[in-house]
Amino acid sequence: MSTTIPQTMSQATVEPIVPVSTVSAAPRPTRRYYGDRVYKGLLTGLALTLPLLLVAIVTELAVSAWPSIHKFGFSFIWTSVWDPVNEVYGAAPMIFGTLVSSLLALVIAVPLSLGVAIFLTEFAPRWLRQPIGFLVELLAAIPSVVYGVWGIYVLIPVLRSYAAPAIRAVLGWTPFFNGIFYGNSMLAGGIILAIMIVPYIAAISREVLLAVPATQREAALGLGATRWEAVWGAVLPYGRAGIIGAVMLGLGRALGETMAVTMVIGNRHDIAMSLFQPGYTMAAAIANEFSEATSAMYLSALFEVGLVLFVITVGVNAFARLLVWRVARGTAVGSKAL
Amino acid sequence: MSAPVTTRRIKSGFFTGLVALLCFLAILPLFLIFADLVRKGASSIDWDFFVKIPVAAGQSGGGVANAIVGTAIIVAIACAVGIPVGIGTGLFLAEYGLGRLGWLVRFLADVMNGTPSIVVGIFAWTWFVKPVHHFSALAGGVALALLMVPMLARTTEEMLRLVPHSLREAALALGYPRWRTSLRVMARAALSGIVTGTLVGVARVAGETAPLLFTALGNINFDTNIKEPMQTLSLQIFTYATGPFEDWHRLAWASALVLMTLVLALAMAARWATRKRYGD
Repeated sequence: MSTTIPQTMSQATVEPIVPVSTVSAAPRPTRRYYGDRVYKGLLTGLALTLPLLLVAIVTELAVSAWPSIHKFGFSFIWTSVWDPVNEVYGAAPMIFGTLVSSLLALVIAVPLSLGVAIFLTEFAPRWLRQPIGFLVELLAAIPSVVYGVWGIYVLIPVLRSYAAPAIRAVLGWTPFFNGIFYGNSMLAGGIILAIMIVPYIAAISREVLLAVPATQREAALGLGATRWEAVWGAVLPYGRAGIIGAVMLGLGRALGETMAVTMVIGNRHDIAMSLFQPGYTMAAAIANEFSEATSAMYLSALFEVGLVLFVITVGVNAFARLLVWRVARGTAVGSKAL
Repeated sequence: MSAPVTTRRIKSGFFTGLVALLCFLAILPLFLIFADLVRKGASSIDWDFFVKIPVAAGQSGGGVANAIVGTAIIVAIACAVGIPVGIGTGLFLAEYGLGRLGWLVRFLADVMNGTPSIVVGIFAWTWFVKPVHHFSALAGGVALALLMVPMLARTTEEMLRLVPHSLREAALALGYPRWRTSLRVMARAALSGIVTGTLVGVARVAGETAPLLFTALGNINFDTNIKEPMQTLSLQIFTYATGPFEDWHRLAWASALVLMTLVLALAMAARWATRKRYGD
């Protein structure tokens, strides 16, 4: 693997060699450079939007959240009282809910996505790869709010009538699946999230696996490995960092996903062990309460929730990107995932 | 390698079947969701649905004309703001992106691609709603544009990088200045890819709800003034689906079907514009 970004673009400013007789007809070099300079300046200005936007978002959130940060300090993160009447705010249940629902989503989504990625790169017949890839892409195109509608009126009733009793019969003795199934619950939120992040993890892991050199496979097969042994022993270990990155990008998505989760998770500000119970997430809290926040401190507390969410997701994403780039350096792996 | 060959072959076959099964399970929800949308939504779609505005809560009938028009307007605003910035950033990355700034912008574009849209929503609120004390379609459109920029930047760059290097060299050798080479030769050669990326970006923001909750807000009336709150299909679906009335749920399914069709049409159009992305 090369250690630099592939030099696909020329860095040289090419000085055109113009025959003397046509010099008068050609545009004057100074004007040409002027055009180039304007072009570069313009593009640089546009490109600066993103860094400035990031700075603006962080600053704006931090400034708006300051009264809350100042008043509650770290207790905001690990206390559970959320009382707009007495102006006491602790976000622990929503931070807990965000993490639990996202981890649950990963537990379900990772095997499925890796199944898609491995099947598409290693085993699927060639004619099948493109259609399946497209279907996975479509899954990512479904709007969050549509997942929410489906979650409320299809997934939850199915869970209530079939899945929850079955799960309770087998795993009801664990603290994670006891008690009544509420319908709107952490379990429903986790499942919806899982369906939503599968296409991201699958698309990026697929690109990572495609970036694994063919010689890895060939060497394993040449040593007498079966096809699965080649995948398991030679391809997956090679792409490990990238796959972990893909999973973390999925985690980043799950942490910040708002609408579908808000619609099915129950929105109860409480920490419950059982996945059958309702929960809350940071994104859902903002979506639900932001327009109702009547006092300045309430609003500030919600901004702090937003800030915490933003910092966590940006951190997770940045780390994930670096991992993916380690495998597929400088390429746009992952940007393709819609 | 100690196990006998047949056992290893069986194991290999078993895992092949397993990944195929997992792949099938991963795609299954797509068909389930689409089938349910058609089953529960199609019967409510008639002419009135497209030309009437919602009736008072609890009554039956009415349509979502305001939401359909609102979606179009807000997405248009998002495109007007987001496409120039996004594609410009992509051109920058492809053209001048090898330096430190290029690395930073590329990295931030990738990172911000995963920013929670609700956070962008409250950020847009502080900049475009709070100062004027007024929710507006404009604020909603800008919020969506902010989501589009990183996406477009990266796809544009990637598509430009696929253009053969020789094209650029030929144009420069013929005396084309760099900016014209970039716009007239490179961007043109990559045009179908850039169009695809743009359509995918549009499809994505057309279905967004979270950034609009506190910017465009929603509106039960028909309003095309972009300085006023505006309804979109996504907001309408959220309100209807979480509301208490049976008739609202019916309309939520129908609106979801319409939104889904719109988004799928855009995705298919994107797919059709370049047909080689998943072909290996």
